[in-house]
Amino acid sequence: MHNFEFVKPSTVEEAVAALQSDEAQPMSGGQTLLPTMKQRLAAPEKLVSLTGIASMQGVSAVGGVLTIGGATTHATVATEAAAHYPGLAGLAAHIGDPAVRNRGTIGGSLANNDPAACYPSAALGSGATIVTNAREIAADDYFQGMFTTALEEGEIVTGVRFPIPQASNYQKFEQPASRFALTGVFVAKYADGVRVAVTGASEEGVFRWTEAEAALSANFSPDAIEGLSVSADGMIGDLHGTPAYRAHLIKVLTKRAVAAAS
Amino acid sequence: MPKDGGIGASTKRREDVRFLTGKGRYTDDINLQNQTYAWFVRSDIAHGTIQNIDTSDAESMDGVVKIFTSKDFEAAGGIPCGWQVTDRFGQPMQEPKHPILAEGKVRHVGDPIAVVVAETLEQARDAAEAIDIDIDELEPVLDMKAAIQDGATKVHDDLTSNLCYDWGFVEENREAVDEAIKNAHHVTTLELVNNRLCANPMEPRVAVADYSQANDEYTLYTTSQNPHVIRLLMGAFVLSIPEHKLRVVAPDVGGGFGSKIYHYAEEAFVTHASKIVGRPVKWTSTRSEAFISDAHGRDHVTKIELAMDENHKFTAVRTDTYANMGAYLSTFAPSIPTWLHGTLMAGNYTTPLVYVNVKAVFTNTVPVDAYRGAGRPEATFQLERVVDKAAREIGMDPAELRRLNFIKPDQFPYDTPVAVTYDTGNYHATLDKGLEMVDYANFDARVAESKARGKLRGLGLAHFIEACGIAPSNLVGQLGARAGLYESATVRVNATGSISVMTGSHSHGQGHETSFAQVVAEMIGIDASQVDIVHGDTSKTPMGMGTYGSRSIAVGGSAMVRATEKIINKAKKIAAHLMEASEGDIELKDGQFTVAGTDKSVAWGDVTLAAYVPHNYPLEEIEPGLEETAFYDPSNFTYPSGAYICEVEVDPDTGKVDVLGFIAADDFGNVINPMIVEGQVHGGVAQGIGQAMLENTVFDENGQLLSGSFMDYAMPRASDMPMFDVDHSCQTPCTHNPLGVKGCGEAGAIGSPPAVVNAVIDALQRGGYDVDHIDMPVSPSRVWEAMNK
Ligand SMILES: Cc1cc2nc3c(=O)[nH]c(=O)nc-3n(C[C@H](O)[C@H](O)[C@H](O)COP(=O)(O)OP(=O)(O)OC[C@H]3O[C@@H](n4cnc5c(N)ncnc54)[C@H](O)[C@@H]3O)c2cc1C
Repeated sequence: MHNFEFVKPSTVEEAVAALQSDEAQPMSGGQTLLPTMKQRLAAPEKLVSLTGIASMQGVSAVGGVLTIGGATTHATVATEAAAHYPGLAGLAAHIGDPAVRNRGTIGGSLANNDPAACYPSAALGSGATIVTNAREIAADDYFQGMFTTALEEGEIVTGVRFPIPQASNYQKFEQPASRFALTGVFVAKYADGVRVAVTGASEEGVFRWTEAEAALSANFSPDAIEGLSVSADGMIGDLHGTPAYRAHLIKVLTKRAVAAAS
Repeated sequence: MPKDGGIGASTKRREDVRFLTGKGRYTDDINLQNQTYAWFVRSDIAHGTIQNIDTSDAESMDGVVKIFTSKDFEAAGGIPCGWQVTDRFGQPMQEPKHPILAEGKVRHVGDPIAVVVAETLEQARDAAEAIDIDIDELEPVLDMKAAIQDGATKVHDDLTSNLCYDWGFVEENREAVDEAIKNAHHVTTLELVNNRLCANPMEPRVAVADYSQANDEYTLYTTSQNPHVIRLLMGAFVLSIPEHKLRVVAPDVGGGFGSKIYHYAEEAFVTHASKIVGRPVKWTSTRSEAFISDAHGRDHVTKIELAMDENHKFTAVRTDTYANMGAYLSTFAPSIPTWLHGTLMAGNYTTPLVYVNVKAVFTNTVPVDAYRGAGRPEATFQLERVVDKAAREIGMDPAELRRLNFIKPDQFPYDTPVAVTYDTGNYHATLDKGLEMVDYANFDARVAESKARGKLRGLGLAHFIEACGIAPSNLVGQLGARAGLYESATVRVNATGSISVMTGSHSHGQGHETSFAQVVAEMIGIDASQVDIVHGDTSKTPMGMGTYGSRSIAVGGSAMVRATEKIINKAKKIAAHLMEASEGDIELKDGQFTVAGTDKSVAWGDVTLAAYVPHNYPLEEIEPGLEETAFYDPSNFTYPSGAYICEVEVDPDTGKVDVLGFIAADDFGNVINPMIVEGQVHGGVAQGIGQAMLENTVFDENGQLLSGSFMDYAMPRASDMPMFDVDHSCQTPCTHNPLGVKGCGEAGAIGSPPAVVNAVIDALQRGGYDVDHIDMPVSPSRVWEAMNK
């Protein structure tokens, strides 16, 4: 790791100001950033920690909307969201291991947009709103392909607003080595329709399986998607699974998520 | 004798007190005054010609002490290979030079090219990034079969081809085996890959060297399973340092699994560099480096044929194996696919004819050498897979087919057609024990229960044999070993009766400090707490060959027994003198010397004190002191065997396999510490399940390692494991060593992979899928692809 300067502001404004300098980068849990710095793949000159900003912490449910501060850890979401949004809390509870869950944050995960990460599927599958220091971005506009988001340089995810569904579930099929999602499917049922978001599978990153959404909106049961299939075109093929296997898993996991939704 | 500390007691591991409280002293814990840090610049290209190495910018950077390239090692030898295999035409194997730092060419990703020695590790890394290396890429040699075709690109220009050797065993049987297979009633054929593995011990490799100009002495602290072997190889063959001027210390070592047997370039580097820079030099491998610089294991591509007659008796086995050596020959690499593999191809069976062909091939990959089991897992996997396939083809219960072909208990000692003689064994007993443990009779009910939940249940059996306790020196010498494989022990009794045992074995997780002490304590009849085991330092222990091949208790333990016997003999002479009795009447029991038929006695401590304060002592007959050394050279290998049974459930929707249960019914002969033995089996089975289900080392078409971190190399975790059900009550003691022990360190890793794969195939076939083989690791995607091909 190269040497760097470290600042820990206590407000969003201070953080944004600190990020103005060249080669400055925000850090939340550091669970993604620090390993890349140790490998010298990233060498920011200044790290701006977001974990000391009180307004970016915590979980609250008001009027059918669950709001999570951008620097809230997975462990906190797993416990505090459980009563309001069990599908989301269940997802958070199975990210990484306890050490990762106690450091890693929702803002860091969404900013990073790893194609195998879990949270992007929940945000997209819930039609969440990503709140930044500058604006609000609909999940449908936010995710723009592997490791790519609508965030501008220096823009901070300060929070995420999730409309709370009637029923939801996340099915994660673990990649055997990393235990990230080899394929993961988030299903959420709202009064006005069902959303199905898939992570881990596509070379374009997280995406919505719209045919399944339509079928499940008409009939929210595993059988409803029996006749559907996902094309292997554009799916990821690697050591751990072929494109065809991932395409197959999407359907299996979607059915399981529907069956398990609560 | 208090039974809680002697032979047969499950004494808690004394070394765990320091390991579990963070008080172990590993090589990386050693920091010497004025120490410098080494950072290796390694090739990120699999095969290429080095055009230029420009260190000029790096030289002047902060903290740089010196930058080394191969030019600094012109006087040094290459890293030697410890075994010369002779091919089937009587010619020695091809043996390329393995330089400390790349000379002219790089031959695998990870091949070290230059080293920065600096004041701090970060400074060394900074400077390393400023070194400009210009490499012309060459076509990488990766596929073993293509590599030995005429006209293939060569890994080593000075060799005639990429073929290290073409080995045949037993060569005289070649035609008879061909004939037997041609005329067989039934032949079962199986083509398979034994997947390449990374050992991944928890502690990465570390080397710290300290040259003392004052007395021209070198000390090397290193993560080794055999410090004397390193001293011999590095001192005599690489750096020309006389052994009395070179001390090698392997302190607490956090796991080896074979990967820390070998002499590595980094050890020679730091030792030499310490003299050049006049300061201690330290190198600690990162995990990423370990993946591309620790020797890998396995990597065989095999075709096996099993012939049987109309009564289902095996008549012949023929195998064809391509064994990947990687880019250079690691210390014991040539012996693994040959003598540690071919000699096991009779398995537990009476097959009269066996022919094993092995072509060892150089490729532009990390060198391959022994990994837990070394050759024997490869033999067991193919044999136990093909026997299972044969049973399915002829519609016979796999257990029954094995039983029919087993060597019978009254046939021991049994001369196999592959040169080894099994001294003892009772395979029927271990198989019956295993089947009883797994409740074979009620398996169908469990299948039905799984089916009701939409799952496919399967049961897989494997029965293994291994050759451990390596090895008779005169025999391995004939087979090409450039070393003896005896072991040594010095038993030093102190004046007040406590004992230090200096053993040539090396413990890196096996618990020697506990189990070895139990043996000596039992023999003398004192408390085990009175016995300390000292190992891992060439300045303290007699010349020893170290720990691998499940040899420590069988060979090292035997040396310790022999030395302790000498101690007891001498102590009896002293006791006889003290009690004015004749030596022949002296008995030693529970730490008391008595005279048969009298009530006279002297305690152990009185005798030891007399040995060092020899006032009343037979000085004219014996020397004072009580210290004895023994070297033990075994007369045969030992042959542990056992029945391993795995029960799995396959999710037909995803191909995911869950291991529900794992049974190991082993025959290890006599057992010193049952708890430690069980722990060894647990660890071995975990690694075997890891190989079978998770681990895989994969290079892409450019020779880049795709599985170069734990993000892609799937290490087994506790949640992947079932509860193990382990038994070692079937005991046919070894007939040729004094403890009757066979060794237990590798069994788990040898017997378990075929049991797992057999179970998966069983589950799929019971479920109606026409699948007769899946290569390891049987990952969810591979299982699903096989089901949907
Ligand atoms: C062993 C291990 C296992 C894991 N398993 C999983 C898993 O199963 N599923 C899963 O989804 N993830 C997994 N992760 C990733 C984990 O969830 C990380 O926490 C997450 O990817 C990044 O969050 P972080 O807070 O640590 O971000 P950091 O590492 O601090 O930052 C990541 C990136 O985001 C930027 N950033 C951080 N916070 C913000 C913000 N608020 N606004 C804008 N940019 C920001 C940083 O500059 C950096 O570029 C795993 C990680 C590890 C180490």
